[in-house]
Amino acid sequence: MSLRVNNLTVYYRTLKGDVRALEDATFSVGDGEIMGLAGESGCGKSTLSNSIVLLKPPMKYIKGSVSLDGEELPIQDMERMNSYRFKKVSVIPQYAMNALNPTRKIGKIIEELLASKQEYFGAIQPELMRRMELVKLSSDVLKMYPIELSGGMKQRVVMVLSTLLDPSLLIADEITSALDVASQKAVAEMLVEFRNQKFVRSIIVITHDLSILAQIADSILIMYAGQVAEKASTPVIIRQPRHPYTHMLISSLPEVGVRYTEKRLKGIPGKPPLLLNPPSGCRFRERCPFAFEKCLEVPPLTEVDHGHYVACWKELAAHA
Amino acid sequence: MLELNRVTKIYRIGAFGGKELRAVNDVSFDVKDGEVMSLIGESGSGKSTIGKMILRLVSINSGRIIFNGVDISTLKGAALKEYYRNVQGVFQDPFSSYNPIFKADRIFRIIKEEFYPQMSNGEWKDRLEGSLKLVGLNPEDVLNKFPHQLSGGQLQRFLIARALLLDTKFLVADEIISMLDASTRIDVLNLLAELKTSGLSILFITHDLSLGYYISERAVILYRGCVAEMGATEKIYASPLHPYTKMLMASVPRLDKKWQKFEGQVEVGAKDGAAIQGCVYYSRCPVAEKICAQKPPALVEVEKDHSVACIHYQARDSD
Repeated sequence: MSLRVNNLTVYYRTLKGDVRALEDATFSVGDGEIMGLAGESGCGKSTLSNSIVLLKPPMKYIKGSVSLDGEELPIQDMERMNSYRFKKVSVIPQYAMNALNPTRKIGKIIEELLASKQEYFGAIQPELMRRMELVKLSSDVLKMYPIELSGGMKQRVVMVLSTLLDPSLLIADEITSALDVASQKAVAEMLVEFRNQKFVRSIIVITHDLSILAQIADSILIMYAGQVAEKASTPVIIRQPRHPYTHMLISSLPEVGVRYTEKRLKGIPGKPPLLLNPPSGCRFRERCPFAFEKCLEVPPLTEVDHGHYVACWKELAAHA
Repeated sequence: MLELNRVTKIYRIGAFGGKELRAVNDVSFDVKDGEVMSLIGESGSGKSTIGKMILRLVSINSGRIIFNGVDISTLKGAALKEYYRNVQGVFQDPFSSYNPIFKADRIFRIIKEEFYPQMSNGEWKDRLEGSLKLVGLNPEDVLNKFPHQLSGGQLQRFLIARALLLDTKFLVADEIISMLDASTRIDVLNLLAELKTSGLSILFITHDLSLGYYISERAVILYRGCVAEMGATEKIYASPLHPYTKMLMASVPRLDKKWQKFEGQVEVGAKDGAAIQGCVYYSRCPVAEKICAQKPPALVEVEKDHSVACIHYQARDSD
């Protein structure tokens, strides 16, 4: 069991009160597993990834624990986490490719980053070259400035860079969303290749694009309004989702071969609740066509099938 | 309705503008009344530049854009204003389309002051509310608010409502749903589809092929400013001919099918704006021949309403 997250609850401190962005998240990611994390914007995807790596104000730790390879991560302690970051847990934040220092050459950026972790660039360079080749970047790239590279190339540089020290867990936050389809596919396949080559043990891929996850993820976790709605293996989520939200989300996706004249897709009416004062009970209640009285209570995340977790009263009733 | 005739746009780049970048190269297509035309291409393919040229936000270097028989580059003063009454655009990022220090509905007031100064306030209010309802917004919820109080989907619909307040006949929709969530995305798409049935023509600019297929009758595939393939959407999707289109189709992530291995999908070297002699896709093309590097392929019609610019489909028996 590579990563284990138990009842992790993280709020944002604001002037108006606490924004309950992540509530009771419990899940695990196995060795060699690529887990997809999907949901609408504001559902807590990025909060979850940030709290595993960089839990800083205004984020406020409430409760819960995160353990990696059997070792508990001191996530509340900014200082102590330093020895884990980049070495054990690595993150590719959203828009990372635009965060490359424009005044430094790529090689220099990598060198400085390694130096900050007391790693010597020269010792790692052969491995760096090998990995650059793997992602089809020529060694000239090291002598270039970020502005000289296309978006897809920058994203590949960031991927090589963040996995250079063979972290146990890689969190990739929306790394494909700003790219066109061809680069999207290339970047996504490289993630799988990195896992296969054992550069990283397990990966969490955060995206709002379920069709990318259908391609590369082993399992998918669906979040809604700060809570885990459903987790199961990829084919199960895509073919037999149990949570109404997952179901509606998947059926709203247009696909090649679907025309509005032939099949009119429907969106999900309404919008997610504000997390400053979230409604009691199931947070999807107000948009859910199946809601009933029981939904006023918080549905527990329950294993309804082997490896298939759902937080929905309707499913629990059917299951019991 | 709208016709592009051999339109070319060259940007001058480099420190002193010494280098040229052909953003759009000799592009011709037309959009008919009540038709949705998809303009599909990756970043840097010139798709947004075409949209901006239609809206007269950037100038054209050569070629003509003709709207209902009139060359739009000749329009001035009142005629140009009349043109904007008919042709409007909505852009990718709804957040940057607003001035954050003013309330979001200021965009509607500007329209009234500019285009309908004689209309009474009551009549205008009805018109505005009708337009907002058409895009699926409840006027009471969204009026009189600042941009940061509204969601991305609401702001984007505001912009569509604004475009519809005029007697818009032609809408340039530049990546208008890429910033929206999956659950609201489809509502905006359905809205466009409905507007189309009431006679609006739409140029739907996107890099997402499944969205393009969902909504449009015809499509243009652009690569580096050149038309690679164009024609009826079904024909392009069912039987892509250009190697670039084939690669795109193979890269679309799908829920029901896994990706296949495909050659020539990533660019290896640095991007450069240097003028290319032959086919623009030469350096990435898996089936390139020597001749491809020398002469750009012409766009030829291989079947009714399906054209492709690739040497492999040129009539070789004629030469």
